[in-house]
Amino acid sequence: MKKFMFVNRKPPYGTIYALESLEVVLIAATFDQDVSLVFLDDGVYELVKGQNSKAIGIKNYSPTYRALEGYDVEKLYVERESLDARGLTEKDLLVPVEVLSSAQMADLMAEQDVVLSF
Amino acid sequence: MKFGLLVSEGPYTHQASDTAYQFAVAAVAKGHEIQRVFFYHDGVYNATKLTEPPQDDRHIVNRWSALAAEHKVDLVVCVAAALRRGIKDEVLAPGFRISGLGQLVDSGIKADRLVTFGD
Repeated sequence: MKKFMFVNRKPPYGTIYALESLEVVLIAATFDQDVSLVFLDDGVYELVKGQNSKAIGIKNYSPTYRALEGYDVEKLYVERESLDARGLTEKDLLVPVEVLSSAQMADLMAEQDVVLSF
Repeated sequence: MKFGLLVSEGPYTHQASDTAYQFAVAAVAKGHEIQRVFFYHDGVYNATKLTEPPQDDRHIVNRWSALAAEHKVDLVVCVAAALRRGIKDEVLAPGFRISGLGQLVDSGIKADRLVTFGD
């Protein structure tokens, strides 16, 4: 078993990276690997509660993050500095996460076999 | 060493695909193996044979096809990303095949290193 980490750094809308990253995560979850997700920089916006994308005519895919548990993907990490810089706290997020400092995040990344950044 | 590559940007717009190609050529020249190149996001546009760059420019698509022919490199285009962008079997250049995201995960499992090219 290998350790796969998916690093999400981009906002949920504006580009397709965040959505297509989630598609890889869902597939990786079926391969019996150790999968974790990291959200930092504008990627923290992907997890913000109460998203409404109607006005831009793009599907709000954020409920899918709630489905991750059903795929046994339960390791979600969010960088504290990225939340702070955007005036967000854990309470603004739509799924349970573990909040880590940059330094802790770096340690966690160093343990991985495969890091994919989207 | 066995390398898997991920190309996640389109050709010409972004240097990612050039850098990935140059990495692949250099790795093979040093005796390493390129286990697979996986094309995702706009990277799927690397696979269309309809590509016709100006004559004094490099032909990115043909370059990948030549690499596949010479070194048996597996060029895989993500089916979901491809269908979204109008890339289908009938427009694939030689050496490319369309398959699922599982091939990217498989590359992560089987290769010694999975190297990504994109933003």
